[in-house]
Amino acid sequence: MEIKNAVAGTLESGDIMIQIAPGEGLQVDLQSSVAAQFGRQIKALITETLTGLGIDNAYVKATDKGALDCTIRARVTAAAVRATGKDVWKD
Amino acid sequence: MFVPGNNPGMMADAHIYGPDSIMLDLEDSVTMAEKDAARLLVHNALKSIDFGGTEMVVRINPLSTPYGRKDVEAVVKAGVDVIRMPKTETADEVRELEAEIIKVETELGCVGRTLIMAAIESALGVVNAYEIATASKRMMGIALGAEDYSANLKTQRTPGGAELLLARETIVVAARAAGIACFDTVYSNLDDMDTFRKEVELIKTLGFDGKSIINPRQIEVVNEVFAPSQKAIDKALRIIAAIKEAQAKGSGVIAVNGKMVDRPVVIRAERTIALAVASGILSKEEAL
Repeated sequence: MEIKNAVAGTLESGDIMIQIAPGEGLQVDLQSSVAAQFGRQIKALITETLTGLGIDNAYVKATDKGALDCTIRARVTAAAVRATGKDVWKD
Repeated sequence: MFVPGNNPGMMADAHIYGPDSIMLDLEDSVTMAEKDAARLLVHNALKSIDFGGTEMVVRINPLSTPYGRKDVEAVVKAGVDVIRMPKTETADEVRELEAEIIKVETELGCVGRTLIMAAIESALGVVNAYEIATASKRMMGIALGAEDYSANLKTQRTPGGAELLLARETIVVAARAAGIACFDTVYSNLDDMDTFRKEVELIKTLGFDGKSIINPRQIEVVNEVFAPSQKAIDKALRIIAAIKEAQAKGSGVIAVNGKMVDRPVVIRAERTIALAVASGILSKEEAL
């Protein structure tokens, strides 16, 4: 799926900023104060969300500020929708 | 309590403060550029966060905007309790929203699950308040949105709220006639808690069921004002106990402390108990 550069999320506490750019395969660069404890799970969640949306090639820069899983999923989806122009809702 | 729909930190923490209801906002607190992201955030939060049994409401964008229908799909799919419809002016608008909800619920196999609250924010909305309140069986309440209403009236809000009196009274009367709840508008000046308290006292006297708030600091004041006195609670409990005893004996006439108890007295007693439970003074077990 063709993608362009896109961003979603903020750097506020409890949020995560997701920057997506074209890339080969799925490459996730994560910055998080809890990377040592949860880095692997956060990267897996980002990858799983993108794959679920049909995105297999992208470079993702994620700056985490303590986001819950549901926030990570929402921000990755928002960035993906903006990057592909393909919405997840019907209308 | 209103919570901006694009602030995940606030959304996750809101229920900790104990509001009766959390209203995640996709409308005025979200910029047009962030409508898509906020919708996804609210959808995922509703599906995943344990809000501890708090009633979950989402204020969607009007169906006349490019965002409204997508909002309905996203929040109904996430199992929201109530959709708050902004700037409601006619019963047809409520029925249009209901049709959108039914579309999504039919796909999910859960027709009838989602309730509707209509915000009345214009002179036309006030004039049509009863028709709006009775437009659908899903209507659980109507609410005043005072900022837009004041602007529509070509006036501005004042501490005494004289400009809102007719709208407030009309909304309470319409809600009572329709048998649904009514909620007052927000008070935005967090530094003036005295005026806020006076406003809560006023709207309680007018008959409102509750007040919309924008900050956890306002919860305590609303609960204090709406909480019945211990004397009133004790009296209400005696009345309810007497009713139950009379029903068990098959007696039609009930007296408490030598005074006959008729239907309006029982209704007031039941409301007192409900408010005592909502304010945290009585547990549900004690109220039984």
